[in-house]
Amino acid sequence: MDDWVIEAKDLTKVYKMGEIEVHALRGLSVQIARGEIVSIMGPSGSGKSTLMNIIGCLDRPTGGEYFLDRERVSDLKDDQLASIRNQKVGFVFQTFNLLPRATALSNVELPMRYSGNKKNRKKRALSALEAVGLSDRVRHRPNELSGGQQQRVAIARALVNEPAIILADEPTGNLDTSSGDEIMELLLSLNQDHGTTLVIVTHDPEIASQTGRVIHILDGVVEEKA
Amino acid sequence: MNIGQSFIEALESVSSNKMRSGLTIIGIVIGVAAVIAIISLGRGAEGTIIGSIQGIGTNLIFVFRGGSEEVLNPKPLTLGDAAAMSDIFQAPSVAGVAPILQGDVKVSMGGESTNTRIVGVTPDYGMVRNSKMAEGEFINEEHVLGQASVVLLGTEVAQDLFDRKEGLVGETIRIDGRPFRVIGVLESKGGSSFGNEDDQVMVPLSTAQTRLLRRSPSDRVDTIIVQAFDSKAVPQASEEISFILRTRHRTDIGADDFSILTQQDFLDTAQTITGVLTIFLGGIAAISLLVGGIGIMNIMLVSVTERTREIGLRKALGARRIDILFQFLTESALLSMIGGIIGIGLGALISLTVGRIAAASDTPLTPSIGLDTVLLATLFSAAVGLFFGLYPANRASSLEPVEALRYE
Repeated sequence: MDDWVIEAKDLTKVYKMGEIEVHALRGLSVQIARGEIVSIMGPSGSGKSTLMNIIGCLDRPTGGEYFLDRERVSDLKDDQLASIRNQKVGFVFQTFNLLPRATALSNVELPMRYSGNKKNRKKRALSALEAVGLSDRVRHRPNELSGGQQQRVAIARALVNEPAIILADEPTGNLDTSSGDEIMELLLSLNQDHGTTLVIVTHDPEIASQTGRVIHILDGVVEEKA
Repeated sequence: MNIGQSFIEALESVSSNKMRSGLTIIGIVIGVAAVIAIISLGRGAEGTIIGSIQGIGTNLIFVFRGGSEEVLNPKPLTLGDAAAMSDIFQAPSVAGVAPILQGDVKVSMGGESTNTRIVGVTPDYGMVRNSKMAEGEFINEEHVLGQASVVLLGTEVAQDLFDRKEGLVGETIRIDGRPFRVIGVLESKGGSSFGNEDDQVMVPLSTAQTRLLRRSPSDRVDTIIVQAFDSKAVPQASEEISFILRTRHRTDIGADDFSILTQQDFLDTAQTITGVLTIFLGGIAAISLLVGGIGIMNIMLVSVTERTREIGLRKALGARRIDILFQFLTESALLSMIGGIIGIGLGALISLTVGRIAAASDTPLTPSIGLDTVLLATLFSAAVGLFFGLYPANRASSLEPVEALRYE
């Protein structure tokens, strides 16, 4: 049996908007192996965001099965999903989503607050910041950091609980080209150094070309390409 | 979930919006301060009133004419009634009886004149009411028998007429135009529940009856003050007095045409009145605390809306419902707790200041800020914070992470 970190079978997702039912996913299946670097591409309305939300355990599919790190998560309760997200998923957002009042260090410590792990919090946060090259910015607040640096803090935050996957949603979307390149480089190097599975959602073919595999989504299903 | 951490985070969040948090806290401060001040002043007032009632003497019984409202044509109290009460065989528990007449008169001396209260008394009055003389002698049996034109002055009246309080024995003043010789000055008693006892003059009962306060029938008196042997004998003495008066007035059963008040009755009444007033005013103050609570709710709702993305992020990072709930509850509880602490201080300050002002104007009023009051206010304000924080916090905790993250 293959070592799938992400295994989705026949996912469907239906949103009810009043009378109208919107089918965002129509029987989508996808597998991602441990240590793989995958990008997910697709036009707006293709179901890309819905898939990302389900992969990140932020949302549940209407039908089908989803296994994350071999655990069936497609029908867990809200609080169980919260703990799965905390332990197995590291999020990197387009808009960084750092807490503006907190220092880089506190931002990185945040996921550990919800994991009940009290030991070595500071030490682990510091080593995560070191891994993204921000050891000298530990006490800075987000508004004292450049966009690239903010995204590095976000990546450190994603790393700190040693998740099974890192899920990056347009990680370079709000950055200029050179900082964008640096962030991609960092993400790719994390994969090489730690073997972290990396899933990047993007519009940008340039970014997608740097990943090992591209999954194209169209109308709620995977569009196979050679 | 770490309480210390949550507390620090709440503190950061509260202090990041100082103006807004400050104004919200003021709402609670006013509410708590009002509750504390009113309750402690109410207790102080109760203490003062009870003290002055107890100052009358714990073994006194007051007998008035007229019973319940249904009793028509109540017979007046007379000297005969008083005499019957002094009979050791009919009323063995009674130690002394002092029938009195009282009214308002104009007293004058030279060009000075003042309106004051006049009390017609018998020699026993001095013993029963424990009246002490600053100088001179109390009214004696001879004065009563001879309907003497003699008068005792209260210190305030003396001050008004003579501009001094001593060396007045032998002076002559006029009461309603008639000359009266001053035979003594009463020692100052201060204000009491019977009005200012320094602002009155006393004459022999017989003199009052025949010349100053004529009543019909002529042996009628206004009030009979009875002294029981001690405070334990008061109920027994009341029984004896009731029996005597029922017999003498030939009243129907259950239709007494007189009323008997003991110090306990006064105490009960005073306590009921001050208690009701304190609860009433405290209730009004509590409403302002409620308004403060609504302020907290309002600000927390704004805060939840403003921080929707933050909530989404926290949820994405693994915060459970209860984590978010706890975070926002801590914040609202912190707001109301700060308000509560400042409010207790301010309330104590207000009541102490009012106490000082009262003391400066010769009304002893010692505010009593009990530990229970403080605890009550603290608990109440914390409860207000939790109660009004619950709705916003619940709203925050039930946000869908996907929706919240997308919120602009």
